[in-house]
Amino acid sequence: MGINYSEKIPNNVDISSDRRLQRALEKWQPAYLDWWAEMGPTDFNTNEIYLRTAISVDRDGWADFGHVKMPDYRWGIFLTPTDKDKKIGFGDHEGEDVWQEVPGEHRNNLRRLIVTQADTEPASVEQQRLLGHTAPSLYDMRNLFQVNVEEGRHLWAMVYLLHSYFGKDGREEAEELLERRSGNADHPRILSTFNDPVEDWLSFFCFTTFTDRDGKYQLLALAESGFDPLARTCRFMLTEEAHHMFVGQTGVNRVIKRTCEVMIENPQKDVKEYGAIPLEIIQKYINRWASSSVDLFGSEVSSNAATFFAAGLKGRAYEEKNYSEHGALDQGYNIEEWDGNRLSKNEVPLRNAMNEVLRSDYHADNVKQTVLWNKTTSSFGIDFEFTIPHRRFNRRIGMYAEGFFTPEGDPISEEEFNQNKGKWLPTEEDEAFVKSLMVKCHEPGKFAGWIAAPSKGINDQSVDFDYVRL
Amino acid sequence: MPESINFETEPSKYRHWHLTVDGDRARLDLNVQESEGLRDDYVLKMNSYDLGVDIELADALQRLRFEHPQVKVVILGGVMDRIFCAGANIQMLRSSTHAFKVNFCKFTNETRLYIEDASENSDMRFLCALHGTASGGGYELAMAADKILLVDDRSSAVSFPETPLLGVLPGTGGLTRLVDKRKVRRDRADIFSTIAEGIKGKRAVEWNLVDALAPLSTFDEKVKEFADTMATELPEKSDRVGIALKPITPTANGENLSYKYVDVAIQNDGRVAAITMTLPENATQPETGDAARELGSDWWVLQLFRELDDALLRLRVNRDLVGVITLHTRGSVADALTMDDTLEALKDHWFVNEVRHQIKRVLKRLDLTAKSLFAIADEGSCFAGTFLEILLSADRSYVLNDPDFPVSLGVSQLNGGLYPMSNGITRLETRFLGTPDQVGRILEAAGSFDAETADELGLATSAPDEIDWEDELRVAIEERTCFSPDALTGMEANLRFAGPETMETKIFGRLSAWQNWIFQRPNAVGERGALTCYGTPNRPEYNYQRT
Repeated sequence: MGINYSEKIPNNVDISSDRRLQRALEKWQPAYLDWWAEMGPTDFNTNEIYLRTAISVDRDGWADFGHVKMPDYRWGIFLTPTDKDKKIGFGDHEGEDVWQEVPGEHRNNLRRLIVTQADTEPASVEQQRLLGHTAPSLYDMRNLFQVNVEEGRHLWAMVYLLHSYFGKDGREEAEELLERRSGNADHPRILSTFNDPVEDWLSFFCFTTFTDRDGKYQLLALAESGFDPLARTCRFMLTEEAHHMFVGQTGVNRVIKRTCEVMIENPQKDVKEYGAIPLEIIQKYINRWASSSVDLFGSEVSSNAATFFAAGLKGRAYEEKNYSEHGALDQGYNIEEWDGNRLSKNEVPLRNAMNEVLRSDYHADNVKQTVLWNKTTSSFGIDFEFTIPHRRFNRRIGMYAEGFFTPEGDPISEEEFNQNKGKWLPTEEDEAFVKSLMVKCHEPGKFAGWIAAPSKGINDQSVDFDYVRL
Repeated sequence: MPESINFETEPSKYRHWHLTVDGDRARLDLNVQESEGLRDDYVLKMNSYDLGVDIELADALQRLRFEHPQVKVVILGGVMDRIFCAGANIQMLRSSTHAFKVNFCKFTNETRLYIEDASENSDMRFLCALHGTASGGGYELAMAADKILLVDDRSSAVSFPETPLLGVLPGTGGLTRLVDKRKVRRDRADIFSTIAEGIKGKRAVEWNLVDALAPLSTFDEKVKEFADTMATELPEKSDRVGIALKPITPTANGENLSYKYVDVAIQNDGRVAAITMTLPENATQPETGDAARELGSDWWVLQLFRELDDALLRLRVNRDLVGVITLHTRGSVADALTMDDTLEALKDHWFVNEVRHQIKRVLKRLDLTAKSLFAIADEGSCFAGTFLEILLSADRSYVLNDPDFPVSLGVSQLNGGLYPMSNGITRLETRFLGTPDQVGRILEAAGSFDAETADELGLATSAPDEIDWEDELRVAIEERTCFSPDALTGMEANLRFAGPETMETKIFGRLSAWQNWIFQRPNAVGERGALTCYGTPNRPEYNYQRT
């Protein structure tokens, strides 16, 4: 067959002696490269970009830096090393040995979990494909592409599981992951948030802050799975996901910092005149992306969530570390139920509330992100506090989607919501303004006027390093 | 459960279906209102249905046939994003009594068959446009249509999750239609019925689970193209002018119900219901099809059978303690036979054709009612022609045979084939399966005859004289109400449908035999049964012994 898989595909799953995997990848890998050419970042595929590549699971192996053209990126397959005595940590199978093969009973549910997670990975690459053209600096452009190639690698990781453990069905699902397309009128991505294009960089930073953080929590829950290959795959993915959130959180912070600078330099003036983004507009973008990301956790009360937990397929975030009791049976969880008119406290079985449990952890993590941003405004002596909207605000999925709520979570009428919508969510005018600022800034060390420079570069390089060789 | 369920509705009262008619096209769109189920202990999530949803569907199908006869193609669709229908609501099934579940399934089966009946007999075709996933009963509904179009968005599928998720079967003819109607290969049907998430895209077409795929962005256009093609097979219907189906509303008198032509009297401490059908005296017969159409739903024969239909449904769902239905007629045999002459003479008119098929469906509903049916031919009764079918539908017929109290019965050519049972043959043919010549002899006796002749012809189970009459009836009814109701249901269903199997008999037979058995088993409804556990924190635990 003439392909040196270990050379092309860094891995710790012994591809060179796995005929099943080789056969699957022979067909899928060219299709993946076609997909990348068609749906990955537009242009820039011939430019050398300073990217990190995971080449092994050693302490330093996951971050091997060097200039590389994106289509030549070595998308690898890595699983966190196995722990021989690992036991299932929760649900009805707690204490039994973890599964190294898919148990027939759970095959369909596992495949569904993996496909749903996998579908988000290429989706985000597709959503962000045009952003390179308006990058505010080479540093940011490099970060964008780093995020993109790693989402591509996450797709590989999930496809590895489908190819290795799910036979013909798995191979077909892997093909369909490349056929669905974000925002496509005929075959869109599975989750609706992943069908909205990310057309400006403020949205990109919000996406990586909030939507990638959903990814983190899904991976944390799957990292507990009794299906060991899935758990180990997700654990390795988490190390990469952390960088994406770093890009998001510091990105938003740099936009805030630039606005604060302009506000101090030009008191009593509208920062828009100076090409900076008003703090109120930033808050509206936060509201939009935080609320749409909250939707990704699914319904508040869910049969699937209960099944996944009971079967030991998907646990809670940090199940082992944060909880002393792992059965979660005969326990309740308080939910503020919305019946169309009012909120009332209601206890539901804990297992059925697992989506909500994960969503709560996620929401708390989001709230922590505002600390950095508020530190920035207060360091300028500016009295403005960023907040994360209440989980009931602006929902499209779950029981709260039926009602209308303020960012503080108070129920209001549809009329009242529509009257205030422009205060809480970006208006067309806001979007047009933010987009008007999106002009490329491709000189090393230079930054667009609406965003501050980062405090330091990538991998100890300087800020004016040639992160992208144009 | 509300004290009594009412089957009467009309489009302006629909909560879950939306009926729109435009020329020769109609759309029936499912948009289930979550919190408007018949009871408030379940929520109708994801376009799942309960009996209330299906009552509207059944009503809409009736109205399409009678009120919108010009319609050629009916599109069954939905408005919920990515979901057509998730089938019968699981919480509802879980919290319903066994008797209710069985009657719910029976009604939904009858309604699905009405879709197929309209396609076969009313020049009307059904296209199910699946713009999203159809699972369980949702796909069973789709399979009742002539054609199924599935959106090809790489996500939407058709599925039967009953076995893998709920430990029960698709109870609305799903498995039977899969192999008998759509002729899906049995091994593929086996795979399909054990994958909870179902099958989508090209494979769904390859396996004939659906007829075609359509892209999401041009879905509506494809639906229209498909409907256009289906319409071209049908004759011109634009000259047909519909009638209005007026409401059928009984007045309650204590436990009894009175309609215009039908009365229901509850007797024997609620164990027996006497249904009496009274033919009008000296009713003038319409001379032409248009004249019949002018009478509309006031035409007595149509109204009488609509009333009987409503009465049967109420007895099934609201009166589960009633074990015996005695069937009575009042009127003249001559009037009954004249009615049949009219139904035959005017049969080419669409409206008369619809009336004939309506009577056929009500008679089938009677056959399928799980209560002992005793026809009582006493003085003043008129079991003739169409009304003889009621006697033939009964498990037993008692004919008063006494020269001092003359009883007439009668036969018409309509007994020769207009009203097939679910098994595809007539009640006479089914009755005389072992002596087929007898059918011809009876049909030759066209016209009216007396009780003695009826007995000779084999139409009476028992023909006592006046002296024995009352006591014989009393004892028979009292005895009947004391047997095990389960054994009676099974026994009657076995005996009623002799002769050939059809898709219809298989559907109802398997519903009664398999689905209802599984519905009772601990693996489904025990403390750790799959149906009990679904949606709860517990996973099912099965007893793996095969029976």
